[in-house]
Amino acid sequence: MTAPRGRRPERAARDTVWTTALAVPAVVLVAALLLPLAGLVLTASPAELAGGLRHPLVGPALRLSLLTTVIAVAFIIVAGTPLAWFLARWRTRTGRALEVLVQIPVVVPPAVAGLALLLAFGRHGLFGPALGRIGVGLPFSTPAVVLAEIFVAAPFFLQGAVDAFRRVNEDLLVVAHSLGAGRTRVFFTIAVPLALPGLVGGAAMAWARALGEFGATLMFAGNLTGRTQTLPLAIYTALESDLSAARAIALILMAVAFALLLAIRAGSRR
Amino acid sequence: MTAGDGRVVGDGGGRDDGDALAVAVAGDVGGLAIDVAFRAGGGAPIAIVGPNGAGKTSVLRMVLGALRPARGSVVLGDMTLFDRERGVDLPIEQRALGYVPQHYALFPHLTALGNVMYGLAALPAGERRERARAVMQDLGIDGLAARRPRELSGGEAQRVALARALARGPRALLLDEPLAALDVGVRRAVRQSLARDLGRLVLPTVLVTHDFADAAALASTVVVVEAGKVVQQGTPAELAATPATAFVQELTLHATATVSLPIRNHT
Repeated sequence: MTAPRGRRPERAARDTVWTTALAVPAVVLVAALLLPLAGLVLTASPAELAGGLRHPLVGPALRLSLLTTVIAVAFIIVAGTPLAWFLARWRTRTGRALEVLVQIPVVVPPAVAGLALLLAFGRHGLFGPALGRIGVGLPFSTPAVVLAEIFVAAPFFLQGAVDAFRRVNEDLLVVAHSLGAGRTRVFFTIAVPLALPGLVGGAAMAWARALGEFGATLMFAGNLTGRTQTLPLAIYTALESDLSAARAIALILMAVAFALLLAIRAGSRR
Repeated sequence: MTAGDGRVVGDGGGRDDGDALAVAVAGDVGGLAIDVAFRAGGGAPIAIVGPNGAGKTSVLRMVLGALRPARGSVVLGDMTLFDRERGVDLPIEQRALGYVPQHYALFPHLTALGNVMYGLAALPAGERRERARAVMQDLGIDGLAARRPRELSGGEAQRVALARALARGPRALLLDEPLAALDVGVRRAVRQSLARDLGRLVLPTVLVTHDFADAAALASTVVVVEAGKVVQQGTPAELAATPATAFVQELTLHATATVSLPIRNHT
């Protein structure tokens, strides 16, 4: 059963080389991912953190970030859940094409997204004049922040929700119909409860993405304290004057992001 | 739809043969040309038997309304469920058919009782639980009411699925491979209790199986389907005595040789 004795040390040596060859780059990658975060956490002292949180930029930015991301994510969930259901069930060429189209914002660079939003809804953009006639001026307003967040975050929710709906066993839906349930009842009593972990995970991903939105917001909504300056923009502004405030905001965002990551993992494990 | 008629499972409602399920469906499903006709009366179940890929499940889904036939009709008593020529195609939820799919498809997020109650939404809230309990009691599974599907054995899950399908008082019953998901050890016992339960029902009942022994134990008429077409129809004994094709011969021989269950003639 055992291998010939003479070959075992040789094989052990090969195993060591192989393990090392894989382990070294892996360790470097983990370091590249974690060292910046370590720098952020380890250079902060509690007193400095408390002082940073009292910086005049922090309060308004925190309030605005909460307000805009809650609105954006609520809209994404309400409008995106039925859309994801249709995308998951609609196995035609149009359905597949639409599924790819709604994923485009994921790969679009933030600067491109900002410019695109400006060219669509800016004062001289494609739809700007029409919006202006009904008294709506989107750019450099709080609604513009929400719009930018929806643009970048919705695809993350949609992908999670479509995958979750696809995993719902077709037989369950057929049986529910055979028991007299119409489409609406089947959707709310079978499809949504069974897809819920995936929906929650997708919503957490979308929220994390919306909370971190920076580039598109800066270009499309600007950087006005209390109106369009969210937490990431406040970091950018504070960095010019007060590093401790920037670090305090960064730690808030980190803590929230980490909590969301745990939520996503808890959701996907069920 | 007729959940409130007071009938629990199989208390002998004496339905006449006018309530038969008459099926003649044809269509192309995944490259397989299906063209099948049969008739199930209220007396005893009819079994559709055939090898894997013969189109048995597709036929059942056409009757159910989950698949649309290209031609033909499905008539249940005085109710036309589907008729291509007349443009009738009732949605699944209006067909009043009880359906037990392969692997039973119990709703995993509901208890056994919740599963059985799902089809009783038309009843007043107070009666729903009562009726679901009565049906479960009738099938001897009232002790499972609080269990989740993942806590049920294969045989228990099958009875819950059957209770769920029967609770609303369907006008016909469709079962897809009701025994295939079971371990060999419990299979015969579950087959016997299912035969007992189906024997008490006075509903047109169609079951699909790849196993001739199951068909012989559960049904009085067997329809053998090969490659989407009916090749023979008759009692289990008739098929064993005069098999029309090599497949039917092998099917019946194999079943009689390996299963000690005698082939019964229900009529």
